[in-house]
Amino acid sequence: MQHVSPIREPLVTGGKTYHDITEDVCRQVEAKPNARWAAALAVSLVGLAIFMYSVYRTLWFGIGEWGLNKTVGWAWDITNFVWWVGIGHAGTLISAILLLFRQKWRTSINRAAEAMTIFAVICAAMFPVLHMGRPWLAYWVLPLPNTFGSLWVNFNSPLLWDVFAISTYFSVSLVFWYIGLIPDFATIRDRATGPIARRAYSILSFGWTGSAKAWSRYETVSLILAGLATPLVLSVHTIVSMDFATSVIPGWHTTIFPPYFVAGAIFSGFAMVLTLMIITRKTFKLEHYITLEHVESMNKVIILTGSIVGVAYTTEFFIAWYSGVEYEQYAFINRAFGPYWWAYWSMMTCNVITPQLFWFRKIRRSLTATFIISIFVNIGMWFERFVIIVTSLHRDYLPSSWAMFSPTSIDIGVYVGTIGLFFTLFFLFAKFFPVVNMAEVKAILKSSSGVTHHPHKTMHGTDKDLNTNTHHSNE
Amino acid sequence: MNKKFVLGIYDDEDVLLTAIENIRAAGTKIYDVFSPYPVHGIDDVLGIKRSRLPIVAFFCGLFGTSFALWMQIWMLGFDWPMIIGGKPHIAIPSFIPVTFELTVLCAAFGMVITFFIVSKLRPSLRVNVFDKRSTDDKFVMAIEIKEGVTDLSALNNLLRTNGAIEVNEKEVVK
Repeated sequence: MQHVSPIREPLVTGGKTYHDITEDVCRQVEAKPNARWAAALAVSLVGLAIFMYSVYRTLWFGIGEWGLNKTVGWAWDITNFVWWVGIGHAGTLISAILLLFRQKWRTSINRAAEAMTIFAVICAAMFPVLHMGRPWLAYWVLPLPNTFGSLWVNFNSPLLWDVFAISTYFSVSLVFWYIGLIPDFATIRDRATGPIARRAYSILSFGWTGSAKAWSRYETVSLILAGLATPLVLSVHTIVSMDFATSVIPGWHTTIFPPYFVAGAIFSGFAMVLTLMIITRKTFKLEHYITLEHVESMNKVIILTGSIVGVAYTTEFFIAWYSGVEYEQYAFINRAFGPYWWAYWSMMTCNVITPQLFWFRKIRRSLTATFIISIFVNIGMWFERFVIIVTSLHRDYLPSSWAMFSPTSIDIGVYVGTIGLFFTLFFLFAKFFPVVNMAEVKAILKSSSGVTHHPHKTMHGTDKDLNTNTHHSNE
Repeated sequence: MNKKFVLGIYDDEDVLLTAIENIRAAGTKIYDVFSPYPVHGIDDVLGIKRSRLPIVAFFCGLFGTSFALWMQIWMLGFDWPMIIGGKPHIAIPSFIPVTFELTVLCAAFGMVITFFIVSKLRPSLRVNVFDKRSTDDKFVMAIEIKEGVTDLSALNNLLRTNGAIEVNEKEVVK
């Protein structure tokens, strides 16, 4: 028995019963694909086709298909890589950090957010692999015995740390996500009518029965995985930031990068979660599970992390001046007022100014406003990475090697293509997997649904309408 | 050998917890309880001991740490030493990130694989679910019937007075 303050808003509205949760979540898994879903998938598949074509061009003709030059050797590829990895971080934050903090509102959004993490990391991984130019030699990044010596990989390099960080992050997130899916697959399996569905979900559910001992272990495993994933997610973006911070490029060589990048990652990730959740709740009619309370909570995280990145931008500028290093000073003046001023000010507007609108409760609880602002944040965070990477590189120590970067159609194609890849995976997930964690939502239902229960009445097993009593809906 | 069970079906977690306590106090052994979600407090009333999986995770993590450190020190310090950026061959600070990642990786995978093994979870077409509603909205308490020992009507009575909404019998083919 837990005490919940009466001023807390219910997390599940509409007076749902356990069975209603099963029905509402399984509905789109069991139903025939509807036209809206098929149309959305078709659009994503077009994006995926663009991705395939751009990858073919990159592999067949080489990295020369991209707009990189000798001065700007890293541009959209690494921008997109950091952008996607950052987006992924919100999923782990919701599923792991909020689990440790016992935030119950995470239960109805953690499944989709973790799926987003996994798909975002898949998209992110495409960029460094493609930038290798010869992805079939990608296994060279692993410390494998080889015929060159054995010449081992360089463990002093942040790029190698990235290999370990991203692959650990991906596999641990995948396992965490899958463990959570097992009980829900069992629910779908036990409801399945068709032989194919029953077999498929039998295999996926690993023979789960929901016995008390298994649940006890399941909870232990979730808690420990959350405890492991929390420092892991922080380490991943810290290491990503070290790709820059350990170099001697003005504008990159700063100690503020790790916390600044982690905050930015959570910021952009929550924006993407909001973008996806607002679409998902509408499409799959999950308004009773993903409520305005959830949207508001996420918007609060956005104000916090948005303000942190705002402080970081200002600090960077201040430190550049305070350091007295003319190259640092030039790098920052060039960022704000040089040829890429528009990217810098887009970043400032989208990341620092727009999220501040969430100080108003009305805006925080407006779906339209939240959706628009979340798109702004996604764009702003892309510009942040672009600004950090391209403006620091394009004018280096030697003015004779100064250059500008402009993307080719293949650069744009790979980027737009990964968005297609992401949404293709997400729509397939939304159709065949339960998008809301049924077991966890059921577990919080009694304490957080706003339904008045009378357990003493049911002691004799007579009161059947336990879950259909009075409830307060807030919509 | 086939086993027979009496299944008490419940629809409320608090009723279930009280029922488990009363039934165990009455001297009846509960075979297992199946629920659609983890019921808090069920471990205590059923007498389930705390899982030792965190210990597994700790030792797997420890293995990850030692393996990662050994691997990096041996590879860069002894097997093929190279001067990289004027740093010492064995530059412990720059080995920390990989060490940390491998610690987490080994701890997570070691624990999860152990969890699958001890809970007998594996991809399989054969599923022994006593009552399919236990993955939806009902809590199912299974009590094994011992031929000639178990008094079925008394058991039925015990379950019903403790709030079971249904009492069924089920034979499980092993």
